[in-house]
Amino acid sequence: MLAAENLVLSGRLHGVSLRLRPGEVTAICGPNGAGKSTLLSCLAGLTLPQSGAALLDGAALAAPPAEARARAIGYLPQVAEVAWDVSVQTLAGLGRLPWRTGAAEDAAAVDAALTALDLLPLAYRPVAQLSGGERARALLARVLAGTPRWLLADEPLASLDLAHQLALLAHLRACAAAGMGVVLVLHDLALAMNHADRVLVLDHGTLAADGPPDLALSEPVLAQVWGVNARWLGEPGQRALQV
Amino acid sequence: MTRPIPLLLAALALALPLSLLAGRVWIDPTAPLGSEAALILAELRLPRALLAVLLGAGLGAAGAAMQGYLRNPLADPGLFGIAPGAALGAVLSFWTGWASAGWALPAFALTGAAGAMLLLTIIAGRNGGVVLFTLAGMMIASLAGALMSLAISLSPTPFAMSEIVTWLMGALTDRSWREVWIAAPLTLAGIAVLRAAGRGLDALTLGEAAARSLGLDPRRLQLLLVLGVGLTVGGGVAVAGIIGFVGLMVPHFVRPFTDGRPSRLIVPSALAGALLVLVADGLCRVLPLAGGELRLGIALSLLGAPFFLHLLLRLRRELV
Repeated sequence: MLAAENLVLSGRLHGVSLRLRPGEVTAICGPNGAGKSTLLSCLAGLTLPQSGAALLDGAALAAPPAEARARAIGYLPQVAEVAWDVSVQTLAGLGRLPWRTGAAEDAAAVDAALTALDLLPLAYRPVAQLSGGERARALLARVLAGTPRWLLADEPLASLDLAHQLALLAHLRACAAAGMGVVLVLHDLALAMNHADRVLVLDHGTLAADGPPDLALSEPVLAQVWGVNARWLGEPGQRALQV
Repeated sequence: MTRPIPLLLAALALALPLSLLAGRVWIDPTAPLGSEAALILAELRLPRALLAVLLGAGLGAAGAAMQGYLRNPLADPGLFGIAPGAALGAVLSFWTGWASAGWALPAFALTGAAGAMLLLTIIAGRNGGVVLFTLAGMMIASLAGALMSLAISLSPTPFAMSEIVTWLMGALTDRSWREVWIAAPLTLAGIAVLRAAGRGLDALTLGEAAARSLGLDPRRLQLLLVLGVGLTVGGGVAVAGIIGFVGLMVPHFVRPFTDGRPSRLIVPSALAGALLVLVADGLCRVLPLAGGELRLGIALSLLGAPFFLHLLLRLRRELV
């Protein structure tokens, strides 16, 4: 269980409490500057709140050792940086750093992650030669190779075209189906509406709505939080936003 | 993927005996060893060759670790201000006249390096961030540089001034076993510390946030790096003066033969650095030059600058 209890960080979060469930895809939505990335970073144990705490299985995330946290929570930052031109396989292998289980187990975990993301044919290709979509998958493979129980990703779909967005979302849904807790910061409300199990809406550092997508992203919430009069069209699972 | 370590070890094993034979007095390996030649070998050539190996190994490893830490292929060990700090210490030993006492110069230089390391950790060590750290290092480097210039301009005698300037150019001439015993433990300990930083440097490949999410402790990594660079570079400057370009160039030679992870670059860079300095110093001894021999620091910069420009232009072409 990953939870936040009354997280406060001056100017960014003003008392956010929530409990996340494994096996679900949770989307964090909200206008620019609402505190989405800060909340995700707190839940990943990377940012310390001024008061309150992020809890993993009832224990505060800030407590050492950091490697135990790193094995439980995989974090995909917004800036997809890879400083050196390593191969896809080596990149995924970096996800094994918190584990000290030996080469055989590392190789098996990397192999499983590359297989899950259809990256085996590209295993030896340098990262610099990948397309945007392949690169996003390779970075996700890095997280999956660490076999975390939680996957926290900050706008993982931002730089992808629609087809690759849908493909990556399908991979993330598969992770949740396998029992992983998946938490995504998403800007695209239609993607959150159609693909998340649960949506958290942040507004000025507080939780404005929390629930299934059609409730948390209802038209009154859109008007109140985003200040946009918009309507949802289409069937559930295929909704589109008309502004 | 070729394995660089055995290859470099083999090259070193070949270059080391060859470098012992070369110099103003050439030693014929087939002839029986005279007493003069034996003296040259044991007291001049061997310590000098070992110093070249130690110095190059330290600079290569420090350069590889620095580039990994700053995630920048243009980083150089001098950037942290540790080499200038050590040089400042050495300059002060000349300035005060202590340098004539055997152990004073290296002791002063190591104190200077330690001072720079301490200052660096105090200024930048609070949050473990890379940007503040780099800026602090550059500040210390320029401060040490200014103080060195001040010491030179205020030097008590012209003799002291020329001593300082000559020493700053960096060389391995007339070094003895004493310098080997100073540099060996420092350099080897420093390389071991930098190796221990390897995991953290690998994690940093993904940027600071992702690295921390992988369990990296940024403060611990920073301390390991300051200590490792301080020991290798500080020890190197204490015995040989400032030798530029080795730390910058060597990781570039080695990187294509590794899988790209910074941790895999440190030991091969140490070996390649050792090879480069050993060969360069051998060439310095052999090259006929009016008025003495070419100083190692100058030679490496003469060699390094154009080579590095070539490398940059090639890199640019690949990017375009």
